Amino acid sequence: MTTGQEAPAGVTKLGMPKWGLSMREGKVTDWLVEVGEEVAEGTELFEVETEKIDGAVESPAAGVLRRRVAEVGAVVPVGGLVGVLADPSVADADVDAFVAAFQASFVPEEAEGEAEAPTRTVEVGGRRLRYLERAPDQPAGDPVVLLHGFGGDLNNWLFNTDKLAERRRVRALDLPGHGESAKDVGAGDVAAFAEVLGGFLDAVGAGRAHLVGHSMGGAVALAYALEHPDRVASLTLVAAAGLGDDINADYVDGFVAAERRRELKGVLELLFADQGLVSRKLVDDVLRYKRLDGVEAALGTVAGAMYPSGRQVTVLVEELDRLEAPVLVIWGEQDRVLPAAHAQALAGRGRVEVLAAGHSPHMEAANDVNRLVAGFLDDVERPG
Amino acid sequence: MARTITFQKAINEALDQEMDRDPTVVVFGEDVAGGQGAGGELDAWGGVLGVTKGLYHKHPGRVLDTPISESAFIGAAVGAACSGLRPVAELMFVDFMGVCFDQIFNQGAKLRYMFGGKARVPMVIRTMWGAGIRAASQHSQSLYSIFTHVPGLKVAVPSTPYDAKGLLIAAIRDDDPVIFFENKVLYTVEGEVPEESYTIPFGEANVVREGDDVSVVAIGRMVGMARQAAEELAADGIDVEIVDLRTTSPLDEDTIYETVERTGRLVVVDEDNPRCGMAADISALVAQNCFDDLQAPVQMVTAPHTPPPFTGSLEDLYVPSAARIAEAVRKTAGGRVGAAS
Repeated sequence: MTTGQEAPAGVTKLGMPKWGLSMREGKVTDWLVEVGEEVAEGTELFEVETEKIDGAVESPAAGVLRRRVAEVGAVVPVGGLVGVLADPSVADADVDAFVAAFQASFVPEEAEGEAEAPTRTVEVGGRRLRYLERAPDQPAGDPVVLLHGFGGDLNNWLFNTDKLAERRRVRALDLPGHGESAKDVGAGDVAAFAEVLGGFLDAVGAGRAHLVGHSMGGAVALAYALEHPDRVASLTLVAAAGLGDDINADYVDGFVAAERRRELKGVLELLFADQGLVSRKLVDDVLRYKRLDGVEAALGTVAGAMYPSGRQVTVLVEELDRLEAPVLVIWGEQDRVLPAAHAQALAGRGRVEVLAAGHSPHMEAANDVNRLVAGFLDDVERPG
Repeated sequence: MARTITFQKAINEALDQEMDRDPTVVVFGEDVAGGQGAGGELDAWGGVLGVTKGLYHKHPGRVLDTPISESAFIGAAVGAACSGLRPVAELMFVDFMGVCFDQIFNQGAKLRYMFGGKARVPMVIRTMWGAGIRAASQHSQSLYSIFTHVPGLKVAVPSTPYDAKGLLIAAIRDDDPVIFFENKVLYTVEGEVPEESYTIPFGEANVVREGDDVSVVAIGRMVGMARQAAEELAADGIDVEIVDLRTTSPLDEDTIYETVERTGRLVVVDEDNPRCGMAADISALVAQNCFDDLQAPVQMVTAPHTPPPFTGSLEDLYVPSAARIAEAVRKTAGGRVGAAS
């Protein structure tokens, strides 16, 4: 991986993050704090634009912003130095020495050639499933499984995987018919996907897991938790399906039908409050997926099984009483695919957070979602 | 799973997967089956540059050698396509296509029209094009504009391994005759390609670089040249948008007009000769449909109106270079964009 000088005591490197498997570099589009300003851990420091999506980078620690190494407009490779945070007691000369030493030894990932395959595959019920696994040296507690929504894939968690993996083992899965997993979706309903999820947990040796599901993946996680309470340590539902029968048919049908970039762009814009997030690269990546043999049929089967005639077939509201797992519900108030009112089905059963975002708060309000989920998992696992 | 393979391997994989999927797909041409058993070779040569290598033994009886008679085997391809097969004929160099114009222009392209849509000609002719390998005039022309000119033919000119595989699979599944242009200099270029089969629809240009100042429409190998030029120009503050046509017939006019409407400045880069070529055609379309958007004359960067020279130093000057593209972009920008603005 990347090299570069380790930061000395009291100094924190502010690096270019890696959002998603394909990111190689990012452009600093705005600095949100001034040099000399004191920041807390979690303060948003600078904005980054990538080929695919834009986002804000939070401070990994408390301290004073001492250097902006990359000014607005600079393109920095993943892992490269964007700025330096340090304790006020650290001398300017030491900060400069760190910057000089880092820049002298840093080699971008790409220049070192192909790293090991970033994703893994596992055979579940005769299907090859792709997943991404990230873990710290000593993972705490039960592992986390991330389940994307209809038409999505493990890359939808690009802002979340590494953050959640700072303390825990995290696996982001491509459900059947999605991403680079096998395109056979079976019946294509919530129960079929829940069964695959169980098979996946078995295959990777996860006896119990924290499930985090977005949209359709939320319904899958919820259905699995209802059937297998012993194996679900907690449930995080992000703009989840299964909590009411409303759904925006324009999104589902449009996603299945769109063959060209122009049509698909309009459909993908429904996922975000800020439609500017739908970059050309984002649309191209979805098009590439949609053009794989078998995907059109897979999506058609799933849409037909789960959302025929513009309604959700699987509504689990009546069964929530027997849900045992602790629940966190996160929704975007400007959700145009699933109404934010659906979140209230779990009010009283768990914590409900409605954020300023569209249907994809884990992308659009990623830092908030990461904080909420990490805090929730810590609470769940706290002894006593 | 996507992995990195060459343009040549992407073509081979498309043929292999389509032959697996559909038993009516057959491959024939000169030396696609020949060479096996000779001089220690166990496999067939797979054509003059080995693009179809490995297919002969994998698909017995469906990879066929032809006599050195292009007019005969291209005629056979038209006939086979009309009678239930999906032939993929390999016509080594597009320069040799002249001897089979009747089969292509008068038969293959017209049968569907002549029979009121009741006949189909699901034929692909794969052929190499382009200068750059010191192979002289009869092996170095571009010529896609000639086939683009003829109604009833579809024409693909891929620029990347990803596009090559997806466009070739789409070509094989298409019920109309497709002339599929493979640039021989691009064969060794590598790129990310999914292992699975996939298609790219014809008539959808690809914006391979977004920019606000000048639009460059490019074809085939010239897309990479335009990218090089764009990097150089970016350093000078000129932000270039690059549109890769991917297919010249059907032509994605909308994407061309959209980019010109945004930038107001257009450079068309085409390795073909300039008269009655794609560059001239696109320039005319833009002049007709985007006249009010244009802020400067359209620039065409093409080969000169001569056959490709054999002399290496002249051949290098013949093919549009990144430097010539950059010069044309600067000319159309006229100092009114980028660093100067």
